[in-house]
Amino acid sequence: MPEPAINLFYLLASVLFIFGLKDLSHPRTAVRGNLLGSLGMLIAIVVTLADRRIVSFDVIIAGLLIGGLAGAWMAYRVEMTAVPQVVAIFNGFGGGASALAVGAALEEALKGGFVEEISVQFTTAAAVSGIIGGLSLTGSAVAFGKLQGLISEKPLLLPMRHAINIALAAASLGFGVWLVVDPSGSSAFWWSTFIASVLGILLVMPIGGADMPVVIALLNSYSGIAAAGHGWVLNNSVLIIAGSLVGAAGFILTVLMSKAMNRSLPNVMFAGVGAEVATESSTDDLYAGRVKSASPEEVAMLMEDARRVVITPGYGMAVAHAQYVVGDLSNVLASRGIEVEFGIHPVAGRMPGHMNVLLADADVPYDRLKDLEEINPTFRQTDIVLVIGANDVVNPSAREADPSLPIAGMPILDVDQARSIVVVKRSLSPGFAGIPNPLFAADNTLMLFGDAKAVVTELIAALKEGGDVR
Amino acid sequence: MEQFVSALTIFVLALFVGFEVINKVPPLLHTPLMSGANAISGITLVGTLVTSGVQLTTFTTILGFLAVAMATANVVGGFLVTQRMLAMFHGKDEKAGRA
Repeated sequence: MPEPAINLFYLLASVLFIFGLKDLSHPRTAVRGNLLGSLGMLIAIVVTLADRRIVSFDVIIAGLLIGGLAGAWMAYRVEMTAVPQVVAIFNGFGGGASALAVGAALEEALKGGFVEEISVQFTTAAAVSGIIGGLSLTGSAVAFGKLQGLISEKPLLLPMRHAINIALAAASLGFGVWLVVDPSGSSAFWWSTFIASVLGILLVMPIGGADMPVVIALLNSYSGIAAAGHGWVLNNSVLIIAGSLVGAAGFILTVLMSKAMNRSLPNVMFAGVGAEVATESSTDDLYAGRVKSASPEEVAMLMEDARRVVITPGYGMAVAHAQYVVGDLSNVLASRGIEVEFGIHPVAGRMPGHMNVLLADADVPYDRLKDLEEINPTFRQTDIVLVIGANDVVNPSAREADPSLPIAGMPILDVDQARSIVVVKRSLSPGFAGIPNPLFAADNTLMLFGDAKAVVTELIAALKEGGDVR
Repeated sequence: MEQFVSALTIFVLALFVGFEVINKVPPLLHTPLMSGANAISGITLVGTLVTSGVQLTTFTTILGFLAVAMATANVVGGFLVTQRMLAMFHGKDEKAGRA
């Protein structure tokens, strides 16, 4: 196929990507958006296979088959609670593929094939792609390990980690510049990419579990930028366009997530929040004699008289795999004419929108899933708030202006404004930010201690029993 | 140089399009957006295909194979998992899209 024709197809694919992303922004069109995106991808791939430079297809077919099967297997097998780690690993694959492919292109160019001359654009883009691709491969791998529970979710804080990271970043960039200045060999590229890969590990290790939404969004952005860099190396417009679209999307999400915690991106990335835990004595002072606990039966009785119930889930719901019983609970309540809505904090869970996916999987209609801005004005008219596995995002002390607290100024769900609050939690232990939660000791709060799934199951049983008696 | 400037133009304009298109995604759909975008970033596959088809040396062939496999996993897995998630989202009046 002549080159202008190929480029026209690439243009078509780019347009499909843009429409696809646009359609993904509304629940009614999102499915179509995803299909448009995949159609664009299919067109780009088929057209590329007609490239005259391709002399042999066996390696390509083997790669397509193995990669396709692995991807499909993971996509179908994954439980919805494990979606964050799967998104992380796919991200890493994309970034890693960019780095390796750019390396291969450089090696081929050095052997005199593939491109006419090694330009500054070629080497600069190769260095950038190698660094960002390597970083997102290993960073995503660490994020995967943390989310999957293979390595501790707690931040790992090495001594002098900032100095080490700066040194590694400087070395990686230095080798990158070397490649641009002296493009006669490939070793500078591989060193630069290798050091960036080590840096990727060290950058994600000190980040705690609850900050993962930011990390995953940022790595997503990186894998897009790596693909765009790959496009510069090959002078391929569809790679540049698609890569920068994804880079922009990931960046927007990153900023949204940081804002939802009232923290700067550097603070999330480098401060190592979540390493400290509240001291025993300070928690005792706050909670002593003021925490009231209740049984599922008592809470069920309370709920029978409620007109409006709001459920605010957090990562604890995912850990306990309680989303299905929580969905059942909302249906039981709704069937009794009680208004039920979910209040979902932007950073609840381990990736942007995590809770929404879990509850959709539990057959909760999306009209009931409300975000922070929608739900907050309604808490004053709410009879009962049921907090399930959330802690920091409902902590009223975030409103106090003590900047030393990691959650200071974080927009929270104003659950304490409701008539009564029921907190489902295993113990009084602090949340990720490591600070006690005065909500647990509030006059209108009842603690419902236990595993979320077991407790909610008992709650449903109690509600059904109560209904039978009447 | 001319090539560089035109590539830069495409890059910057596409960034702006990305910001404009994605800015208004409701939090409800943040996960599918992210995983759909992630699948699109697998476009790097297109570049890996050319590179691995040239087959100049064994080393580049191995690199090409790995890159194709990883990028394909990214593309196929990304779109499929997004589709699976989106099939679960349904409104009050709609029936769930799964058995």
